[in-house]
Amino acid sequence: MATLQYILKRLTLMIPTFLLVMVIIFLLVRFLPGDPALAIAGDRASDADLAAIRDRLGLNEPTWVQFWLFLTNTVQGDLGTSILMRTEVLDVVLQRLPTTAFLTVYAVGLSVLIAGPMAFVAALNRGRWPDTVIRTVFQVGLSMPVFYIGLVLLTFLAAQLRWFPVGGYGEGFVSHLYHLFLPAFTVALYTSAIILRNLRSAIIEVLDAEYVQFARAKGLPNRMILGRHVLRNALISTVTLLGLSIGNLMSGTLVTETVFAVPGLGRLMLEAIFARDYPLIQGLTLTFAVLVSLVFLLTDLFQSSLDPRMRLS
Amino acid sequence: MSDTAVSSSAPTRPSRLQLALGKPGFLLGCVIIGFSALLALMPHVFAPYDPNFIDYVAIRKPPSWEHPFGTDSLGRDSFSRVIHAYRVNMQMAILATVFALVIGVIVGALVGYYRGIADMIFGRVVDAIITFPFLVLVIAVVAVLGPGLVNMYIAITLVGWVYYARLMRAEIIAQMGNDYSDAGLVMGYSDRRIIFRHLLPNAITPVLIYWMTDMALAILLGSSLGYLGLGAQPPQAEWGVLIAEGRNFITTAWWLSLMPGIAIVLTGLGFSLIGDGLADLLRPRG
Repeated sequence: MATLQYILKRLTLMIPTFLLVMVIIFLLVRFLPGDPALAIAGDRASDADLAAIRDRLGLNEPTWVQFWLFLTNTVQGDLGTSILMRTEVLDVVLQRLPTTAFLTVYAVGLSVLIAGPMAFVAALNRGRWPDTVIRTVFQVGLSMPVFYIGLVLLTFLAAQLRWFPVGGYGEGFVSHLYHLFLPAFTVALYTSAIILRNLRSAIIEVLDAEYVQFARAKGLPNRMILGRHVLRNALISTVTLLGLSIGNLMSGTLVTETVFAVPGLGRLMLEAIFARDYPLIQGLTLTFAVLVSLVFLLTDLFQSSLDPRMRLS
Repeated sequence: MSDTAVSSSAPTRPSRLQLALGKPGFLLGCVIIGFSALLALMPHVFAPYDPNFIDYVAIRKPPSWEHPFGTDSLGRDSFSRVIHAYRVNMQMAILATVFALVIGVIVGALVGYYRGIADMIFGRVVDAIITFPFLVLVIAVVAVLGPGLVNMYIAITLVGWVYYARLMRAEIIAQMGNDYSDAGLVMGYSDRRIIFRHLLPNAITPVLIYWMTDMALAILLGSSLGYLGLGAQPPQAEWGVLIAEGRNFITTAWWLSLMPGIAIVLTGLGFSLIGDGLADLLRPRG
């Protein structure tokens, strides 16, 4: 019950933010030089098409009426028609969404598998060579652009060694896992570089905490201390950090999808940009914003369910 | 901090410069960035060929003494193109961040000092902008303005100032808790004097440290946009563009894409090493 109330409160707080998000997306297309109707309909539109768009968007009305129409249309799921795909923007987005969602979750999973053990090894060997080596490697990783990591992996593991396919999404769950391994690994390398440093300091902080010293003094076995206390607390900070980095993660996904020709939202965004498909650009920008705030909300809930100090007040 | 190397028995505290010289990471960063700046200022001195000189008899030649990084599809010398790209890529580190820094510092200082309705609106704007993945918003703006370097700088500034302003605001508010801020008020100083002469110099250190990290990010972002075709445009020599040009020949002429990438990694590493070093050095010491 309290959780439900909290979710409702959070959602209410999101309303003004989303109004502004809508204003930003609305303004994007207004800054286009020339007639927005022409931009939205595309070059091959007939006069009747143009008139229909002007009417639907209220382009002959004052700006605030136009915004109101844009807002009400969007809330009803009407994001306009894609010039490129010649179908409803919402349909196109919903069709591509699962691929990007799959890739993102896959990448998060892999980055935890990479950064987690590495951070543990670094934290337990603080100041000694394993710590230095791990931190240096990940520091270099942080300076690598995602598209470059992707291109190098693509060249050596897919094109040369032929261990993985060079692109695509595949059919069925196992095939998805196989096809998306390299893209997910690319995003994961970059994401784990972001989380490693924080995870390492979080683990060190817990290791130095009084309750861990107390557990040691009690004579609890090391395995239990690490598993019960350290792991649990490290997990909280990892989830929080991953949640807050979701924007970075999505940016990485966008670039990676382009490198590996994964038919997701990111690649669609670039196709839309080069085709000057403004309704699709608007729809995708909104989708990304919705996804990010959804993850922010979930992070909050997860965090409060793991950490009693954060229990929903 | 447990990792302070300064021994407490030393009669005088070492100066910041002495501390800096004792940090290999920071020194390495300075050497990398210093050398990169040199390459950016005078690429002609270091590049053996004109970066746009087309040689149809030397197409996609592998690395050799004559062409250390090989040649591209038009027979241009890759080494010279990577060197000449230093100019535009180093520019990115400055031009993609400095306007965001200035706007962010001013806006952040003002809303932090005056609070009130402007601060509330500012808070909503921050919430809205961080709801978009950074890259998505930047490329959406580039899509509207049109691809190109200048538009890329405008887009990054439009989105990036928020991060500086948010940091600046928090620092100003923290500084206002100190007595010296009230003292200025009692002395009858103008708001402008208190904000810009008293609070700002004390509050700016974390912002400047963030600026260093942001420069590294700017090079990564700028080259990513160049790779995607939204930043610098061919035939301009820019690392992202060079990697994209080599992409189609990556199995046969791998050097075309590999070398500019190494330049990106080195420069990015240089900036982040300096950023880390500065964070250590400028942190208030007890």
